[in-house]
Amino acid sequence: MASTTEAPPRKNRVPRRPGDRIFAGVSTGSGVLILVALAGVAVFLVTEAWPALTASAEEIPGGEGLVLYIWPLLFGTLISAVLALVIAVPLAVAIALFITHYAPRSIARALGYIIDLLAAVPSIIFGLWGMNVLAPITVDPASWLSEHLGWIPFFAGPPSSTGRTMFVAILVLAVMVLPIITAVVREAFMQTPQLHQEAALAIGATRWEMIRMAALPFGRSSIIGASMLGLGRALGETMAVAMVLSASGGVSLNLISSDNPPTIAANIALQFPESSGIAINTLIASGLVLFAITLAVNMIARAVINRRKDFDGAN
Amino acid sequence: MSTSLTTPEQDPDLNAPLGGVSLTAGQLPRGAAPATLVAAGLAGLLLWLLADWAIVPCALLAAAAYVVIVYTWSRAVEGPRKATDRFVTAAVSGAFLLALLPLVSVIVTVVSRGVVRFDAEFFSYSMVGVSGEGGGIYHAMMGTLIITGLAALISVPIGMLTAIYLVEYGRGKLAKAITFFVDVMTGIPSIVAGLFAYALFVMIFGPGVRMGFAGAVALSVLMIPTVVRSTEEMLKLVPNELREASYALAVPKWRTIVKVVLPTALAGIATGVTLAIARVIGETAPLLVTAGLTDGDNFDPFEGRMTTLSVFSYYEYQSPGLFAEAAYDRAWGAALVLMIIVMVLNLVARAISKLFAPKTR
Amino acid sequence: MKRSTLGRALVLPTTAALAFGLVACGSANEESGSGGVTINGAGASSQEAAQNAWRTGFLENNDGTINYDPVGSGGGREQFTTGGVEFAGSDAYLDDEEVKAAQERCGEGGFVEIPAYVSPVALITNIEGVDSLKLKPGTIAKIFNQKITKWNDPEIAESNPNVDLPDTTIVPVNRADESGTTENFVEYLKAAAPEQWPHEVSGNWPVDGGEAAQGTSGVVQAVKNGSGTIGYADASRAGDLTTVEVGVGDEFVQYSPEAASAVLDVSERVEGRGEHSFAFDLARDTTESGTYPIVLVSYLLACSNYDNADKATMVKDYLNYVVSAEGQKVAAEQAGSAPISDDLRSKVQPAIESIGSSNSGS
Repeated sequence: MASTTEAPPRKNRVPRRPGDRIFAGVSTGSGVLILVALAGVAVFLVTEAWPALTASAEEIPGGEGLVLYIWPLLFGTLISAVLALVIAVPLAVAIALFITHYAPRSIARALGYIIDLLAAVPSIIFGLWGMNVLAPITVDPASWLSEHLGWIPFFAGPPSSTGRTMFVAILVLAVMVLPIITAVVREAFMQTPQLHQEAALAIGATRWEMIRMAALPFGRSSIIGASMLGLGRALGETMAVAMVLSASGGVSLNLISSDNPPTIAANIALQFPESSGIAINTLIASGLVLFAITLAVNMIARAVINRRKDFDGAN
Repeated sequence: MSTSLTTPEQDPDLNAPLGGVSLTAGQLPRGAAPATLVAAGLAGLLLWLLADWAIVPCALLAAAAYVVIVYTWSRAVEGPRKATDRFVTAAVSGAFLLALLPLVSVIVTVVSRGVVRFDAEFFSYSMVGVSGEGGGIYHAMMGTLIITGLAALISVPIGMLTAIYLVEYGRGKLAKAITFFVDVMTGIPSIVAGLFAYALFVMIFGPGVRMGFAGAVALSVLMIPTVVRSTEEMLKLVPNELREASYALAVPKWRTIVKVVLPTALAGIATGVTLAIARVIGETAPLLVTAGLTDGDNFDPFEGRMTTLSVFSYYEYQSPGLFAEAAYDRAWGAALVLMIIVMVLNLVARAISKLFAPKTR
Repeated sequence: MKRSTLGRALVLPTTAALAFGLVACGSANEESGSGGVTINGAGASSQEAAQNAWRTGFLENNDGTINYDPVGSGGGREQFTTGGVEFAGSDAYLDDEEVKAAQERCGEGGFVEIPAYVSPVALITNIEGVDSLKLKPGTIAKIFNQKITKWNDPEIAESNPNVDLPDTTIVPVNRADESGTTENFVEYLKAAAPEQWPHEVSGNWPVDGGEAAQGTSGVVQAVKNGSGTIGYADASRAGDLTTVEVGVGDEFVQYSPEAASAVLDVSERVEGRGEHSFAFDLARDTTESGTYPIVLVSYLLACSNYDNADKATMVKDYLNYVVSAEGQKVAAEQAGSAPISDDLRSKVQPAIESIGSSNSGS
């Protein structure tokens, strides 16, 4: 009340309606709830992992300290998930393109449906299938590879006689994430504005040129987002890897021997039931590491997507 | 869409060179591509049958031959742009077929092994008083539906509202933090989610607690980030023009979201939610530590142990005892039922999105 | 309007829930309202098939519900000592710290610890053209330590003069997960062939580079699917795979239930753990004729005293059934375990009889 000059008339802003306020509040609340839940998980994880982080090297299973315990796991996790994604993403984009732009409509719908269905197959089934169907098939090709392409470190051999190798684990992971990536990418391609596509065709573009000019740029953020979803699943996949992979070794690029590094999630599933005491803390500490990787991967993906944010959509 | 590519009837006048320059490019004869495909396929078949090669290299060889022939032919007659188009068509279709192989193999395996136990007893019995042969999965079916349903009931509203917040409202630090931590959440190993839920419920109910609801909470921890991520992707795809048009008509923001943005993205969101359910419905480890394992019916998610199909399937496979075949049959049968449940859910989700989606075309 | 769309979104789950609620009228083989007491157990997954058999057999003549979560021995012991479950199954007896925790949990009277599930561990092989194989402990240790890598190695041939051994690589298959089976097998190797087996005893397989598979099912599958493979697994799961005759003293013994449970009778009971604890340090290096030393012994844990009298009675009756001749017989029929001897039964029965409740008023 210092000066008596009339307050400047407020700008004629859109009034905040109560409906708006409630809706904004509720949705913000959900976001905050997630933060609270995650804080709970984080507190739980850190308290459980702490004894392992502070324990002396001899107490950790293996007796060589936490870093040396987790390193092969980390390596196995990364190599399996990344190579699985390298196989799955191009195939998923191809399937999505085929369904949205190549296949006749009626067939496309049925195909999309089958793919969605596969996303629902529980991982134990993929484990059983990989172990009993896929692994035996790869035994002969693997020995051929090690014989003729043995100079590539991936195929150094000696080939496994059961086929339960890192190579098969990667294939199984690829098959598992394929439906997830495909489903999301397909939805994105479906949403490609009709006008953009028709404009491209109207100036005489071939079908591929239309896809390259209209569909792919539109779906790029979704492709990356879907890949990250897939990578998340591949990194965290537990049962299928535990069943398929012969995890008995340390760090090795060799994909076709029976001597493979385990993955973090599979190792937790394998060791957890019979563990007690510090061993459990160690396993949870390895879970923390998995956390960190997923986080890093997602941050990179976000950065990539955000660079292209201005393309369309809400901004 | 793409059907508009078919070339119209050739006008003979246009084919006549005009000052030595043709107005239309050359074209492969109608049916050239399919014929090449058939020829390549036959050649591969011959190699397989007569030269006694393995089937995989034969198929690969035939496919490669087709691609090379069509590409060179088309490049010579139609020019590089058309040739590339044909090449991509072949590559995309080939990749599609290649990817379909393992997927079909998985389905065939599950169906052929699972259908063995599709009898009345399997669907109406529980495992109470059953050891060895026989028995059913009624209790596990109910457990799966109850626990997954509860998990969806928790995760879908929270996940969707969060995605709406992120896309429509989120600015500044809070939005950044939520985005960041949702990403973190996708990295929680499933067993950790289970242990977390167990620790939480032990704090409330004391040690040794087992209840279906605890399982649902564990599954929600895994499910929420998937719902948020996929809903977010779909909301972002809704063209801004729609929102702006709505604002221009003085529609409040929340009604714009509810009446314009959500319906436009509904099909995608439904797919995303189905995927999220699919992601958690097959979980074993987190459910074993939270919901436990029991032989009999339990329809009360807040009291006592509850078996789900995936847990049932896993333990039938893992410790089958002496009657291994019977237990394996039950394991595969349960897995097939799980797949069918998801299929039905999928159908319902599609029907819903069809019912409520705006007519755009 | 917001409500209506939200309402639409809720249509699916609500209708689904309603539909299931209507269908949920119980399964055909369960009598509704059979009531009775519920006791819960958790622990070793090795016991699950046997627990299933016991539970089924016991509930034929008794009312109530018994649950067993096969979360693993570690989890079972922890849940037992924190009071989360009434009984637990464990592939190893409690260590000193856990003994204290268990005594604290059970209070006066202490805890009951009985070896209820004895399972021979068979060495299973899949070698083309070989359907019987005899191996000495030292040879077994060398094979699993990857010091012998060919099936026609002279050391193997010496024990198998009449077998035509192929010139193929040996693929040893071990458990990828930490397990009681591994611990018992390694313990055997360490005791029977200390010179050839330099590794420490633990539930984790100590040798890198072999074929590793998850669970007994995984090991059996890997041995079956591979060639030149050898692995160790619960004998009940050996199926039609060739099982190795193991050298004991001067003879070779094929596994059998009698030979397996015979080990318990020549083993020493661990002292100083309370009167109701029957923990055994197994005589792996026994040279006694007719014993099969590679066995997995899994314990049942319970309290002597429960707050709830009904539960105490139920646990007592259940454990009594488990160790009874009939209980051991159904486990042998359904899970392939080796029945414990009458001698051992008469020793552990008093411990089970001690189970009761301070609140029962008697």
